[in-house]
Amino acid sequence: MVVGNVGLLSGHGLSVLAVDCFASPMRPLVQLIQSVSSMTLQPHRNLALLVRMLVAFVLAASVFPAMAQLRVEVSGVGLTQLPIAIAPFRGQDLVPQKLSTIVQADLERSGQFRATELAAGGMDELARPDLNAWRQKGADSLVAGSVTRLADGRYDVRFRLWDLTRGQDLGGQSYAVSQADLRQSAHRIADFVYEKLTGDKGIFSTRIAYVTKVANRYNLWIADADGENAQSALASPEPIISPAWSPLGGQLAYVSFESRKPVVYVHEIATGKRRLLANFRGSNSAPAWSPDGRTLAVTLSRDGGSQLYLIDAQGGEPRRLSQSSSIDTEPVFSPDGRTLFFVSDRGGSPQIYRMPVAGGSPQRLTFTGSYNISPTVSPDGKSLAYISRVNGAFRLHLMDLTSGNSVAITDSSSDESPSFAPNGRLLIYGTSNQGRESLTTTTLDGRVKTRLAGQSGEIREPDWGPLQKQ
Amino acid sequence: MNRYVLALACAALLAGCGSSVKLDDVAVEDKTGKAVGTVGAAGAAGAAGSAGVGTGALANSGVAPVDVNRSGAGAAALQGPRIIYFDYDSFVIKPEFQTVIEAHSRFIKADAARRAAVEGHTDESGGREYNLALGQKRAEAVRRALALLGVPDAQVEAVSFGKEKPAVEGNDDAAWAKNRRAEIVYR
Repeated sequence: MVVGNVGLLSGHGLSVLAVDCFASPMRPLVQLIQSVSSMTLQPHRNLALLVRMLVAFVLAASVFPAMAQLRVEVSGVGLTQLPIAIAPFRGQDLVPQKLSTIVQADLERSGQFRATELAAGGMDELARPDLNAWRQKGADSLVAGSVTRLADGRYDVRFRLWDLTRGQDLGGQSYAVSQADLRQSAHRIADFVYEKLTGDKGIFSTRIAYVTKVANRYNLWIADADGENAQSALASPEPIISPAWSPLGGQLAYVSFESRKPVVYVHEIATGKRRLLANFRGSNSAPAWSPDGRTLAVTLSRDGGSQLYLIDAQGGEPRRLSQSSSIDTEPVFSPDGRTLFFVSDRGGSPQIYRMPVAGGSPQRLTFTGSYNISPTVSPDGKSLAYISRVNGAFRLHLMDLTSGNSVAITDSSSDESPSFAPNGRLLIYGTSNQGRESLTTTTLDGRVKTRLAGQSGEIREPDWGPLQKQ
Repeated sequence: MNRYVLALACAALLAGCGSSVKLDDVAVEDKTGKAVGTVGAAGAAGAAGSAGVGTGALANSGVAPVDVNRSGAGAAALQGPRIIYFDYDSFVIKPEFQTVIEAHSRFIKADAARRAAVEGHTDESGGREYNLALGQKRAEAVRRALALLGVPDAQVEAVSFGKEKPAVEGNDDAAWAKNRRAEIVYR
């Protein structure tokens, strides 16, 4: 979590301090004191300075409070959720990550589980549960496990999943992980439980990309699907927008303004190697990968206006796809790679269209409202999420592509950049509340929304990464 | 005195958290990233059925950070007004900005080596990519106006910043009016 206070402190040449934990605002003060103690000003100036900095940090703490994960559920939704108990893992008090808490947060964020509150202790993956006792707590399933430190410094994480209604052991796993991978092991456990009990693929060990802006500094982050454990892929003094994961998850395409105009990079995440995909005359933006990863659709202004082009993922000469004197932008491929959805204002206002990649007339999809943008298609190709302006509010909508029926699934007013989870059961989007930007996930019916923990400051432009091969 | 105050402040704090990342407020340097190591072996074997328990390390591909250079200083520029403002959702150049465009057209034509860019911007209302395209329309409108006065296209590039670089922060109409603009800059 970043506490950005550059404006108040930059005059003193101090570092901006960042803390990467689920923290109270007090913790940055520890590092502040550490840096103050190394200053070499005269004593009375030190005191005045220290007082001013403490005041500044108190103010900063109130302006940028720690962003905790916050889940909001519409009442009455409980009937469709599976009740589950997740016992604290034996030994987790001694390790940096509370594994059962992460598993529980993952399962609850899916909207398909309701966790039973329970007292700590006593269970691990070997213990056979007292079925009656656990069922009385209202749980149909139970997860129990343990985490033990190994001789080589890694951790041995084990768990078992129980079906309490039938008294059946549904299996378990064990992982040997480094400390850095402890969170990931909890996400894998949540995936296992989710898949066993719902039949759907779990997405808790996938990753998301997003952009933050703190003062005049932009970062492109790659984080766990719960927003934690963020690592910076790119830091820049100029804006970064439109990150797009490659289908296999090894690369990100994005738009960078670092050379004083928008250009599209393809960036290899593990190595940091990146190459310019589109740096043509004018503006280059809106990259979208084809499902086979071989082509990207982009918006280029090289021939005048903003038009759609296809370009090979290795670079080269683009092929023009749209021919209009209007704005055509925000292309996105259907899962079978044969259709392109995009935004065009050829009808007088921005609306969503689709057209065959192989060529052909675009077909308009949105007819309600005068501003429909940012389409994204579900992995099964049946739904379209997008942003629609309704009475001045920019709101996330979901359209059934078969019927054409559409419904708003939020009631906020500054939604942007929706992206489906790769199992199609959740959407992530950017939103803002009283000027504070945040990332939120929502079930497709809009009933269970979770604001993600993670960076504070301005946070936007999420894109959900793919399922990774295991 | 200094130590006393420091001690007081420290005593007032709860235990700090273990890890932190310091971001220095200095000019960034371009450097190729190297892989951040957290990579384990290939993923955990799945457990099949109720009796099996799989083992294995977890894959978690690292992220190598990349820092970007600050952009360099611009070339010699024409002093005086260089910003054209636009109405809401419009890219029409209003008559009061014709003199600005005329002045810059003369400046650019005076030296065939001069390179100008017209940077289009929008207010913050609406989506980023659509606003990028709208800013592009504003930039191209100014470039067309320059071309009508004889400025060769090769000397002017029209680019857009969309809503990413507002001139004025704020949520009121006055701020938004100052952000709907095209700026002529020299590179």
